Amino acid sequence: MTMQPAGTEIASRTAAIVQELKGLEGPLLPILHGIQEEFGHVPQDALPVIAEALNISKAEVHGVVTFYHDYRSHPAGRHVLKLCQAEACQSMGSDAIAAKLKQLLGIGFHETARDGSVTLEPVYCLGLCACAPSAMLDGEVIGRLDDEKLDEIVAEVRS
Amino acid sequence: MIPRIYVPGDSGALALGAEKVAKAIEKELADRGIEAKIVRNGSRGAYFLEPMVEVATANGRVAYGPVKPSDVKSLFDCGFLTGGHHKRWLGAPDKIPFLAKQTRLTFARCGVINPLSLDHYKAHGGLKGLQNAVGLAPADIVKQVTESGLRGRGGAGFPTGIKWKTVLETTADKKYIVCNADEGDSATFADRMIMEGDPFVLIEGMAIAGVATGATKGFVYIRSEYPHAVAMMQKAVEVARQAGLLGVNVLGSPNAFDMEIRVGAGAYVCGEETSLLNSLEGKRGVVRAKPPLPAIQGLFGKPTVINNVISLTSVPVIMDKGAAFYKDFGMGRSRGTIPIQIAGNVRYGGLFEAAFGMTLGEIVDDIGGGTATGRPVKAVQVGGPLGAYFPRSLFDTPFDYEAFAAKDGLIGHAGITVFDDTADMLKQARFAMEFCAIESCGKCTPCRIGSTRGVETIDKIARGIEPEKQIELVTDLCNTMKFGSLCALGGFTPYPVMSAINHFRDDFKPAPVAEAAE
Repeated sequence: MTMQPAGTEIASRTAAIVQELKGLEGPLLPILHGIQEEFGHVPQDALPVIAEALNISKAEVHGVVTFYHDYRSHPAGRHVLKLCQAEACQSMGSDAIAAKLKQLLGIGFHETARDGSVTLEPVYCLGLCACAPSAMLDGEVIGRLDDEKLDEIVAEVRS
Repeated sequence: MIPRIYVPGDSGALALGAEKVAKAIEKELADRGIEAKIVRNGSRGAYFLEPMVEVATANGRVAYGPVKPSDVKSLFDCGFLTGGHHKRWLGAPDKIPFLAKQTRLTFARCGVINPLSLDHYKAHGGLKGLQNAVGLAPADIVKQVTESGLRGRGGAGFPTGIKWKTVLETTADKKYIVCNADEGDSATFADRMIMEGDPFVLIEGMAIAGVATGATKGFVYIRSEYPHAVAMMQKAVEVARQAGLLGVNVLGSPNAFDMEIRVGAGAYVCGEETSLLNSLEGKRGVVRAKPPLPAIQGLFGKPTVINNVISLTSVPVIMDKGAAFYKDFGMGRSRGTIPIQIAGNVRYGGLFEAAFGMTLGEIVDDIGGGTATGRPVKAVQVGGPLGAYFPRSLFDTPFDYEAFAAKDGLIGHAGITVFDDTADMLKQARFAMEFCAIESCGKCTPCRIGSTRGVETIDKIARGIEPEKQIELVTDLCNTMKFGSLCALGGFTPYPVMSAINHFRDDFKPAPVAEAAE
């Protein structure tokens, strides 16, 4: 398991990101993206630092962080697998794909495998609707999912 | 001349293995000691043929597809660099029926050019629209866009020129152009495709909007689910800045315009224009009440043009060839072309740009070739998760804003999801409510709470608990959501729900199970 950085370290790394981006018009989302990229999630200790630098309340920052699906409160697994569950993928059997994948990985949606290998998430459309069902593994897109591709994905996240 | 090989870098093609194909071609070139240039173009949108590799020959481009990495060696053996025959040979790409039948105005260059080459862009007609625009008075640009009949391609269908006129006529110290690239509707990928395949056309369209309205700053808000489009747009903006297409003197004119790429954070509702503005400002993506219109008080309270990607990318061709040229395509009050995205369980899936007016049946059966599974088409959902499900009996509906509205549907962002006869429409109606519950911004009670009550009520129908009474309840709930929500999320979720109930009633009469018989 990776060590979690201590509060003061989070604060100083957060301050550096905020400093770099606060000159943007409407900087909060870019800052939060930067923080998530840095830490793999948005740590609670980062919120007061952002709030103070942008002169907004901590509650406002909390409100924004929790509004958006992308921002994590805890680190994800080493791999992040997003499985599309929207209509175009449904029409090509994404329900069955999801059931099979959950069984293969032993986890449900929004869960991380016990060994920290993978986090499974539903996603509502990757824009790959003409090659459904689709998924995204660590930012790489995969179309026309079938049993063979699922096995490859599972092998990759476990390696 | 060094041979040129085109292997799409479009994420749809990548999802089907284009990267492995490109690597295999690179390796084969090295092994054979052949010098050739691999260009990573966008996709032409015929996804059933992706990865579609093209070669530039003395007689024009020759396409091969769908190419698997294992095909590469034999392609070289067959002399594909000079257009040789092979089992994957498709001939000239623009003669492939799916592509030949289209009218490509907005997507003319997509899949053809190197997306990041401004020279390619100009050689294929790019920048002519902006060049014309900088020579015109702002009001004349707005007039042309208005006369072209262009309506918002994001779904609402509001005349683009009218929005621009309001912004032009509102005085302020700063104005903005915001491009809505939060393409969250299932079955839609036109925005993604054009941003990945022809990013300069969006930059050109936004610059024209800036010149026309006096806005000096543009934002493209792209959803985070589209990392490839984000990367491509960022690179293209950099190239455009260096070439003087963006900056203090757009194309050497006195007009200043610059732009930034921003990334969303996974909230579907931010595709609604006022939530998008809030999100750009760094707030929760909660819907704003209108008025004030964004054209008067938009981003940071300033006059703002907020347009969909396809609206903005359709502007350059209008400013190049004129309003009359564009307006000549289409039917009724739906003028010009629309990139129809044929998706889901369909044999020939992809992007089909055509003038408005084709019937739904032509699109699904003739162009799409029916289902991928070979089973009968049961339903098609038009316009994404907030669009209605159409049965076969409505396949004579022409693709036109008003015609779809008249059938209690909408064309939305022009995505079509095809379902075969195994689809359970009760399940689809339930999903529409569930999706609304997941994505509701929470501002309006009918959307926030109604969607959850909707799921519960539909579950009762599935369990056979007084189904007729529940259907009545859902109908009433849909009515409340439709008229009691500020935006289309709560307001349009009733479309898929009610169309499923009205057109596929049999699916709402399941055999009661034993446990419900109490």
